[in-house]
Amino acid sequence: MSKKVLMKGNEAVAESAIRAGCKLYFGYPITPQSEIPEYMSRKLPQIPGGAYIQAETEVSAINMVYGAASAGARAMTTSSSPGISLMMEGISYIACAEVPCVIVNVMRGGPGLGNISPEQADYFQVVKGGGHGNYRLVVLAPSSVQEMADLTYDAFDIADRYRVPVMLVAEGNLGQMMEPVEFKELKTEFIDKSDWALTGTQNHEPKIITSILLDPETMEKHIHKLYEKYALIEKNEVRFEEYLTDGAEIIIIAYGLISRVARNVVDKLREEGIKAGILRPVSLWPFPNEAIKSKIKQAKFFFVCEMSMGQMVEDVRLAVNGAKPVHFFGRCGGVVPTPIEMYDNVKRYL
Amino acid sequence: MEKIFKKPKGLNDKTMHYCPGCGHGIVHKMIAQSLEELNLLERTIFISPVGCAVFAYWYFNTDHIQAAHGRAPSAATGLKRANPELIIVSYQGDGDLASAGTAEIVHAAARGENISVIFINNAVYGMTGGQMAPTTLVGQKTSTSPFGRDPHFAGHPLKVCEMLATTKAPRYIERTSLDSIANLNRTKKAVKKSFDLQAKGEGFSLVEVLSPCPTNWGMSPPEAMDWIADKMIKEYPLGVFRDERADSEVKNDL
Ligand SMILES: Cc1ncc(C[n+]2csc(CCOP(=O)(O)OP(=O)(O)O)c2C)c(N)n1
Ligand code: SF4
Ligand SMILES: [Mg+2]
Repeated sequence: MSKKVLMKGNEAVAESAIRAGCKLYFGYPITPQSEIPEYMSRKLPQIPGGAYIQAETEVSAINMVYGAASAGARAMTTSSSPGISLMMEGISYIACAEVPCVIVNVMRGGPGLGNISPEQADYFQVVKGGGHGNYRLVVLAPSSVQEMADLTYDAFDIADRYRVPVMLVAEGNLGQMMEPVEFKELKTEFIDKSDWALTGTQNHEPKIITSILLDPETMEKHIHKLYEKYALIEKNEVRFEEYLTDGAEIIIIAYGLISRVARNVVDKLREEGIKAGILRPVSLWPFPNEAIKSKIKQAKFFFVCEMSMGQMVEDVRLAVNGAKPVHFFGRCGGVVPTPIEMYDNVKRYL
Repeated sequence: MEKIFKKPKGLNDKTMHYCPGCGHGIVHKMIAQSLEELNLLERTIFISPVGCAVFAYWYFNTDHIQAAHGRAPSAATGLKRANPELIIVSYQGDGDLASAGTAEIVHAAARGENISVIFINNAVYGMTGGQMAPTTLVGQKTSTSPFGRDPHFAGHPLKVCEMLATTKAPRYIERTSLDSIANLNRTKKAVKKSFDLQAKGEGFSLVEVLSPCPTNWGMSPPEAMDWIADKMIKEYPLGVFRDERADSEVKNDL
C-alpha cells in the first residue's frame, strides 16, 4: 500500500485501474465522470504500451474495449448513465464472447438526459440485464473513495478470473467527493490468457472470439456454460458489509453512498435504544441473498433505502420472500435523502 | 503434374457458404493471397462484420474476432492499440460500414488508425434479404425500395471513399471493382498494398470493392458483373482517392 493521498473518487478509480495493470482506456466525456478520462489522458501515454483514446461515442468506446481486451490487455471504459445505455449492445457481445473487461458507471439522474446529480436508478439496467440475451454482469457498488479504488483493482481480477465484464457503479457525488485513499502496489503478475487471447497464429491454431452461435443447440450449450460460470461467481464473489446487525431488529438495506446516510440514522436509533443495523450489499450481482435471509429470524422488518423509485428493493423482497415486511423509502431525480427524513421514515414503521 | 495454381495458405479447405457469383469469396481469396505473399498471416487478426461475411472465420487460417454491426473499426482500434504488432483486417459490407457503423469508420479514419479496411460495396443488405442500403443506386429496386430508390424520400447513395478522403489522416483510399480481369487484378493489388502499408506502420487505409450480389440483385452472375460495369461504376467512379506516405507532401488525387 502507498501512503494516503487526498483524491476525488473518479481520480481514485483511474489511478487504481492503472495500478491494476490497465494500460488501455477508451472513453467519452460525460459529467460526473470526466475526471477519469482526463486522468487517463494525462497518465497512460507515459506508460510503455499505454494508450488513451477518446472514442467518438460510448458505442465505439465499449467496442474498443472489446478489441483491446480480446488481444489480452487489461482495458476499461467509464461513463455515466446515458453513456452506459449506449454501451449495452457492446456489453452483451462481450459477455457472450467471454472477454474480461471493466466498465465504470458514475451514475446520474435519469431517465433521458436527466441531470448530473447522483442517482441509483440504473440498478435495473446493469443488474438485471440492459443488453439483450442471457447474460449477467458482475456489479460492484463502492461507498467511499477508498472503496472505489479497492473495488476497481479487484474488478480487473474478477474479470480475468471468470472471463466476464465487471461493472462498478458509483453515485455521481461519490465520484466527485474527495477523501483520503491508499493505493495497492502496481500489479505485475497476471492470469495467463494465452489459451484464448488473439495474438496471431505463430504457435497455435487459429483462435476465434465471437458471439454468433447459429445452431440453437450449440447456443444453448454455450449459455449453459456461461451460467455454470455465473453459479461459481454467485458462490465465490458475494460481497456485503454489516453495521451493528448483531441482534438488530430493524435491518436497513442500502448500497453505495446512501449507506453512509443510513449509518447516521442507525446511530441515532441506537441512542434511543432501538436495535437497528445496516446490511450493505457491495456486490449488487451476485446479490447477498443468503446474508439477507440470515436476518429474517431476528428482524421485525427490513427497511430498504435507495436513490431511486425502488429497484434493489425487488431483490430484497425476493430474498425475504414474504417472511417479514420489507418497507421502502427512496428519493430520486438526483435528490439525496437526508438522515432526518430517512430516520422519520424508519420511525413510521415502529 | 506440377501445380501452377494453389489455394492460398490463408484459406482452409471448407466450401464457402456464399452464393454462386458472389464477390465475398473472390475478395477472401485476394486477402489470403496478399497476407501470404507479405508473410503476414501469422500476425493477422481478421475482423468479420455483421453481414454475409459474418462467418468469414470458417475459412481463414488466422486469428479471428467477430464484431457487432458496424463496430469493426472500433474493435480494430482496440486490438491494434493493445498490440501494434498485429495486422488488423476490418472486413465490412456496405450496410455494416456505411449505415450502422458510419461514425466508427469516419473516426477510425480521422484518427488514422493503422488498420486495413476492406469494404465490400454490393449496394444492398445481402444477408438480410437484399434491402435498400445507403449505397443503393437511385432507381435500384430492392426489397425495401420496391419501386426503385427514390431520392426524394430515400436520398442519394453515400460515397464512402470520397467522404473519407476529406479527412487528413488516411494514407491510402482506393475504389476498385470485380467486374473484369483488369479490375480484379487492380483489386488484388490494392488489397495487398493496404496490408503492406499497415505492416510498414503507415496508417489507415481502405479499399472499397464494388462487388456482385447476384442473389439479391435478381441476376445471373454474368449479368451482375455487367450491372457493375454499366451502372455501379458510373455512380462510384473507380480510382485512388488518397495515396500519401507519412513523410510525403500532402497530395490529393481527387
Ligand atoms: C444491430 C443490428 N441491426 C441489424 C442487424 C441485422 N443485419 C444482419 S446483416 C445486415 C446487413 C448487412 O449488410 P451489408 O453490411 O451490406 O453486408 P452484406 O450481407 O451485403 O455483405 C443487417 C442489417 C444486426 N445483426 N444487428
Ligand atoms: S446474398 Fe449476396 S452478398 Fe450474400 S452471399 Fe449471396 S450473393 Fe453474396
Ligand atoms: Mg452489402
